[in-house]
Amino acid sequence: MNTIIFTIATLAILGLLLAIVLYIVAQKFKVEEDPRIDTVESLMPGANCGGCGKAGCRAFAEAAVKEGVGSLFCPVGGNAVMQKVAEALGQTVEEKAPQVAVLRCSGSCDKRKKTSVYEGISTCASVAALYGGETDCAFGCLGKGDCEAACQFGAIKVNPETGLPEVDEEKCTACGACVKACPKQLLELRNKGPKGRRIWVACRNKDKGAPARKACLAACIGCGKCAKECAFGAITVENNLAYIDFTKCRMCRKCVAACPTGAIHEVNFPPRPAAASATKPVAPAAQAAPVQKPASPVAEEVKKEIPVQKQ
Amino acid sequence: MRTFRMGGVHPADKKISQNAQIEKLPIPKMVYISMGQHLGAPAAPCVQVGDKVKVGQLIGTPTGFVSAPVHSSVSGTVKSIGMVNDLAKRPVNTITIEVEGDEWVDTIDRTDTIVRDITLDQKQIVERIKECGVVGLGGATFPTNVKLSPPPTAKPTCVIINGAECEPYLTSDYRVMMEMPEQVLIGGTILMKALGVNKCYVGIEENKPEAIKKLSALAPKYPGVEIVPLKKKYPQGGEKQLIDAVIGKKVPSMGLPVDTGAVVQNVGTAFAVYEAVQKNKPLFEGIMTVTGDCAKTQRNFVHRVGTPLSFIMEYSGGIPENAAKIISGGPMMGKAVSNIDAPTLKGTSSILYLTSAQTERKPESNCIRCGKCVAACPMGLEPYLLNKLGRASRMDELEEHHVYDCIECGCCSFTCPAYIPLLDTIRLSKAAVMKIMKSRPKK
Repeated sequence: MNTIIFTIATLAILGLLLAIVLYIVAQKFKVEEDPRIDTVESLMPGANCGGCGKAGCRAFAEAAVKEGVGSLFCPVGGNAVMQKVAEALGQTVEEKAPQVAVLRCSGSCDKRKKTSVYEGISTCASVAALYGGETDCAFGCLGKGDCEAACQFGAIKVNPETGLPEVDEEKCTACGACVKACPKQLLELRNKGPKGRRIWVACRNKDKGAPARKACLAACIGCGKCAKECAFGAITVENNLAYIDFTKCRMCRKCVAACPTGAIHEVNFPPRPAAASATKPVAPAAQAAPVQKPASPVAEEVKKEIPVQKQ
Repeated sequence: MRTFRMGGVHPADKKISQNAQIEKLPIPKMVYISMGQHLGAPAAPCVQVGDKVKVGQLIGTPTGFVSAPVHSSVSGTVKSIGMVNDLAKRPVNTITIEVEGDEWVDTIDRTDTIVRDITLDQKQIVERIKECGVVGLGGATFPTNVKLSPPPTAKPTCVIINGAECEPYLTSDYRVMMEMPEQVLIGGTILMKALGVNKCYVGIEENKPEAIKKLSALAPKYPGVEIVPLKKKYPQGGEKQLIDAVIGKKVPSMGLPVDTGAVVQNVGTAFAVYEAVQKNKPLFEGIMTVTGDCAKTQRNFVHRVGTPLSFIMEYSGGIPENAAKIISGGPMMGKAVSNIDAPTLKGTSSILYLTSAQTERKPESNCIRCGKCVAACPMGLEPYLLNKLGRASRMDELEEHHVYDCIECGCCSFTCPAYIPLLDTIRLSKAAVMKIMKSRPKK
């Protein structure tokens, strides 16, 4: 009997002593941490994608508490999360236009012929390290899916028919992982635009017109027709390549119609009125262009809102 | 017989073009002279469109310490200056010249007499080599004058002339040794003088007995020059391997080859140095092989830099019907040609045709840890491990395992019984790790 009592007593005393030691140590070496960091972290989406430029959501929270939220933006959570974070810290943030990744290449298999066969490991980085790619366009998509592998949200899939990646804009959080992964810098984060409508030059070819066109039927040939057509000065042509500044673009779609090769893409717009397209022929590629899935079934209501353009 | 101590493989020899004498390739109607023909910063064009140029005239000036000037290889009119795709379809700044006649700059000595007396002093030699745009012709095209100006901490003790030519098929270096043996030895003597050393080794692999015989007979005339026959093993022509083979010293990891005291130059470079110093001829011609089991003819040419590869292919009988792959350089380390209209460069050493049976990549299977790649690696790395780490993007561990020491010789892929594309992944991870290492602040 005694043995049992002694055992229990010894263990109890030992436990008490160790608890006291642990308590003292914990007090002595306590790391002071701002409790707001935990609060902010709990508000974050927890994707740890690095899209904000920090190592993860915890690092974002630390930076937000330390430096303020002004210079930070969580692309995954978007404005809603930023608003909550700002509230929790008693600060204010400006609303940012939601963004989405777009592919700046329209060289699908039928428009861009393969002129060589690549046999090495199936990553874009490896192709780019060795040569210009399987087609004659040294700027275009290599189609091996480094962007697909980089996307944590399953928003990019390479379409085996076109050989080009497609962005699912509902899933895309604009974290920018694909932008970093693409060795040809073909993916760009652009504003989602009103009702998800946006227009962009889906080409990065800086060659002169003739070789660009020879390599790919859908290449930007740097003709400058779009820039002349644009009434808002949103389009610049540099190194035989047009670029549309999305902050200036007013979505009039004149450039899309003017492009002779169909290198300018538009998505989520209602179909063009028949009258307008009869007088102003639309490049066939432009109609087939929407590489991206429409965000929402807005087409019906859009029809009523947008006045029919008459010539 | 000497050889390097670690790793190496024995690919089949295939020196089928070795008995073809060097012929002069005709000058094409247009040449495309690239400004990026050397390692380092590309040259800047110093002529205008419409200018008349002569053979050997300076048309591109160097833009940094590691850079080299570019000279016109033909006489004619500058047609355009702009981007032209290289053999890997990458745009490179290029001067296009329409050929008219063949008028040379007066300062070049065009006679065939061999000039043996070296009249220039050490400084003048390096300066001349720099002015003449001589670059390493063993493959890396590193500016030669930079190699001849070692950092003050390094103490060069000898020159090694690289006549190993360990790549299968290639025979241009062999032909240079056979047809211009004295010029190569004089080039070696000039290099000794430029570095202020009195020893020069010429390393030649045993599969070139004629060249060993020929140079050994001539060597006694040149004090300090010694011919070193080497056991046949790939990659003996690698700078670090050759130093190990000839003088038995290892280049430290991340160190310069000159840290061992040796400065390695290719036989082609030695010949170019001879021409630059003794004949005042800038580097605008190169010696190359057109070969392959399926090639219509086996040839060795001296070409003017900027000649389109397609012109050479046509002149030598056309592309064989059963050629599946065209390679510029050797089959182990050469580059696949995806643009046959690309121009030749100073360092272009061959056009090699391979059949589909030769280039076929067999389906990859699992690593069985046989260790063949470890045994084959001449740098003492563990390719199977680097492959695994690379696929998992574990950059810190890749650095710990010295991925940056890889010389991309391809011995691991060559020897792998599971056909794992080891070099493909290692090359990628090496580039990624080097980028990280360079981005770190210097201590």
